[in-house]
Amino acid sequence: MAIKPNIGQPLNRLEGRQKVTGSAKYAADYHVPQLLYGYVVNSTITKGKIVRVDTSAAKALPGVVEVLTHENRPGLAWFDLQYADMDAPPGTVFKPLHDNKIRFNGQPVALVVAEEFEIARYAASLVQLDYEEEPFVTSVEANLSKARPAKKGIATALKPPPPAPTGNFEKAYEAAPFKVDAEYYHGNEHHNPMELFATTTVYEGNGKLTIYDKTQGTINNQLFVANVFGLRYKDVRVLAPYVGGAFGSGLRPQYQLFLSVMAALHLKRNVRVVLDRHQMFTLAHRPQNLQQLQFATDENGKLTAARHAAFVETSSYEDYTEVISSWSHRLYPISNTRFEYKVVPLDLSTPTDMRAPGGVTAMHAIECTMDQLAYKLGIDPLELRLRNYAEVDPSTEKPFTSKALRECYRQAADSFGWSNRNPEPGSMTRGNKLVGYGMATGVWDAYQFPSRIEAILTKEGKLMINNAVTDIGTGTFTVMTQIAADELGLPIEDVIFGYGDSKKPFSMFQGGSSMTSSTGVAIVMAAKALKKKLLEKVKEMSDSPLADADEKDLVFRNGRIALVNEPSVHINFQEIVAANKGQAIKTTKMGKPHLLKLRKYSKMTHSASFVEVEVDKDLKTITVTRAVTAVAAGKIINPRTAHSQISGSMVWGISKALQEESVIDENLGKYVNANLAEYHIPTHADVHQLEVIFAEERDELINELGVKGVGEIGLVAMPAAIANAVFHATGKRINKLPIHFDELLE
Amino acid sequence: MNSFAFLRAETASEAVKALNTKAQAAFIAGGTNLIDIWKYNLTHPELLVDINRLADCRAIIEKADGGLRLGALVTNADTAYHPLIESRYPLLSKAILAGASAQIRNMATDGGNLLQRTRCYYFYDANAPCNKRVSGSGCAAINGYNRIHAILGASEHCIAVFPSDMCVALAALAAVVNVTGPNGDRNIAFADFHRLPGDQPERDNNLQYGELITSIDLPVKGFEQNYSYLKLRDRQSYAFALVSVATGLELDGDVITEARIALGGVAHKPWRAKEAEELLKGKPATPENFAKAAAVILQGAKGYKHNSFKIELAKRAIIRNGMMALHPQSQRPGAQPSL
Repeated sequence: MAIKPNIGQPLNRLEGRQKVTGSAKYAADYHVPQLLYGYVVNSTITKGKIVRVDTSAAKALPGVVEVLTHENRPGLAWFDLQYADMDAPPGTVFKPLHDNKIRFNGQPVALVVAEEFEIARYAASLVQLDYEEEPFVTSVEANLSKARPAKKGIATALKPPPPAPTGNFEKAYEAAPFKVDAEYYHGNEHHNPMELFATTTVYEGNGKLTIYDKTQGTINNQLFVANVFGLRYKDVRVLAPYVGGAFGSGLRPQYQLFLSVMAALHLKRNVRVVLDRHQMFTLAHRPQNLQQLQFATDENGKLTAARHAAFVETSSYEDYTEVISSWSHRLYPISNTRFEYKVVPLDLSTPTDMRAPGGVTAMHAIECTMDQLAYKLGIDPLELRLRNYAEVDPSTEKPFTSKALRECYRQAADSFGWSNRNPEPGSMTRGNKLVGYGMATGVWDAYQFPSRIEAILTKEGKLMINNAVTDIGTGTFTVMTQIAADELGLPIEDVIFGYGDSKKPFSMFQGGSSMTSSTGVAIVMAAKALKKKLLEKVKEMSDSPLADADEKDLVFRNGRIALVNEPSVHINFQEIVAANKGQAIKTTKMGKPHLLKLRKYSKMTHSASFVEVEVDKDLKTITVTRAVTAVAAGKIINPRTAHSQISGSMVWGISKALQEESVIDENLGKYVNANLAEYHIPTHADVHQLEVIFAEERDELINELGVKGVGEIGLVAMPAAIANAVFHATGKRINKLPIHFDELLE
Repeated sequence: MNSFAFLRAETASEAVKALNTKAQAAFIAGGTNLIDIWKYNLTHPELLVDINRLADCRAIIEKADGGLRLGALVTNADTAYHPLIESRYPLLSKAILAGASAQIRNMATDGGNLLQRTRCYYFYDANAPCNKRVSGSGCAAINGYNRIHAILGASEHCIAVFPSDMCVALAALAAVVNVTGPNGDRNIAFADFHRLPGDQPERDNNLQYGELITSIDLPVKGFEQNYSYLKLRDRQSYAFALVSVATGLELDGDVITEARIALGGVAHKPWRAKEAEELLKGKPATPENFAKAAAVILQGAKGYKHNSFKIELAKRAIIRNGMMALHPQSQRPGAQPSL
């Protein structure tokens, strides 16, 4: 009996029903007994110190249990290192309520704990704090004099500083016949996943805690809590079975986790801390940055020189970095390069990775510069990319494990109708609208991290897979179940995937579009080990019809092991379990990338976005009427969830190009539009036709599954494609994101 | 706890009487703005008087003079989709539907719409200076981030704008606001309802403490043949206007016999310039003539660091919307530009 493989099928999300009916429980949904509610008080100044704390009015309110500040907080770990999570940048980690110093506006300065949320919230408004203010700085552009190279640390492994210069940039640039010198600015953007940051800490007694947290890394936060509060690892359990979007905001433990745990341990009670939307603007954000690019080509449009310098916000206490300046080197062959990256420390909280960190920032600048070059050269922007197409990774001279970018260009351009484009800016119209076509390239890493999987054939003959990984809404649960089901030849219903729990075997935090390869490959390894064990059991079984069969003649299919050529000769999984005295059969396996083999290759995903905008002739309002994005990301396990990843990223691209910005008032040193009415992200009315194409990419080198990752690549090319389309429509280059339509008014 | 008394009134006089027993009391209808402001710790009423049961204020009725009366408690959504509004006052319907979100329009009432507070960032930040919130504390917007702020009728004390879309249409339609209060009933012409900030920016309108809007009267003229509402903003739904224009025209052939033009997003109140409307009378409805009207309307406009674009944008919007009013069938959802 043939069964259809699950890999490649557009399965609905397995947890879709729970999510749409509201039965899926998120971190703030656990109604444990005797729960206390914490509400955070945030600093109202930007820099300075707290000189007086008066919590008497708050404490006098009936129902208030405790108000914790730096003055009365319990003793905590002292060394910075103990606060450093797996994703901590070099520097001194921010320690909430540690001392009276204020490092950024909105810094948590007190936690009010009460019997009811409403009481805690109101009492928070009664906490009196007097400050001594100091001058502060909040703008990259105004503080370029403070720019310096970033400190190095553990995080540098994943985010290397720019490579050394190659050739002689100055000379090559000077001599080149075609060149563009451009500056790009991006404002801050804040993480605003639907689910607010929340932690419910269950105080189990005896130093044990069960923590429901919004996070991308259950083990990362388990280690953080244990280290900071001096608990044993095994006594701290962090659960995140459902995560309502994260996009990088949950890579690092956020302060509500710290505060919830601190209050629970201090009061020996269960404590929940939920941030409100306004408070979401006091933590994870994409950094503001200024980029300077100088690109040059020869007569034929071949890039000969490139300089890319990035000046990027960080906080006063940590050197957050992202890879920005060296992307062009990985996409286009350029002999003479100079890449620079400098941090500008500001009195803001430390930035955080946000979907395609660095990549989308850089590619906006790079691909808009390429568009300008195409106009200088008088050649089609797509043609310019093809003339500079890299067959091997130009930065390392290594071949790619696979690269179907050419196919992405071709398929997206065809579907979009790029050949209908008249290159003359402002030449295409539709009634009162100027029509613009723009395109851009996307590129992103294909990461794989170690992951440990426990695979169990249960007493009922089902396959249970256990791993600490989260599903931040990407479809991990569904995709992993598909992979596991195929490996053991089981229908989806017979696979149980246990995840989102630090008690389960090791997983890195869910970031960098790495989980399908990391967890997926580990599942394949563990399932193979389990199969081996089952075959051994089968051989040991008395009167086994397969006792003499060669392994290569056996197949796992539909819950049984059978002879390939004679499927009627088989043994059911249940029989194997029965022969194992009714005991489940377990294996554990660490899945790792094949570092030795892969050292010879470059591993990347690619994309191409083509965008049509309409710009009103007089009023200059901009509408993204159509967009096509083609992605080359290896094998697509689930076309439905992958499609959602890409189309969601494309909407994000519209957002980044035209809407999103946390505006800082430099006089007050804080974000002024810290709510979802004024911090704009697209509504349905802003999103029109979106088309997603997956260019086939067979990758037999990268890993056992041939998968890369689709979480970020769909975003990377979009902002540049939109900006280029706006130029094509209007003849105006707006090198600042977001583009406000009024900037197009003459 | 954030305690307050709650009273459910059955009649307008009961509501007014109850409110006037306290110095810090508020009526609540849809609550779409009051609850926000409360959550931001900008207000702490000691008494809430729920007026949702006031039977007299819940209907849209035809008046003897041929006009229409909108009960103050009719929701924005019910108003916009009411057959009499859609057929006789489509300008009002389109303006309402360009505002807020479907969910908010379902809760928000017509009376409440007139009383919504500004969206000035600094007004909502209890720690920022704001003369509208705390008289004499200063204005953070004048030298701050003022993209959404006023270009007309502002003062050195306040450059906030009144955010309603519905009221821009009501201003163009010359509606009348009926109120009741401790001193009895009175009606206020729409142009006199909202105030300019002057040196009392804490006052948005001319209601006295304890007065309650009971209804809004629409005059007979609805400009249902030639009307248009245009809203320019940073996204196409759930965003306040940077500039909006309500235009109603009466035409004799292509000659304008009556014009109404009101602007939103540019001032502390819906902005209507009668001289500009007079100027258009007897003239053909052409872009050139609308441009002349626009120049009059924008006379004295003053921009700040981030909002100077509004002056040029408003001029162009007035011209376009004049032309759109000649082709009302071209109206697009969300009051986007058409033609």
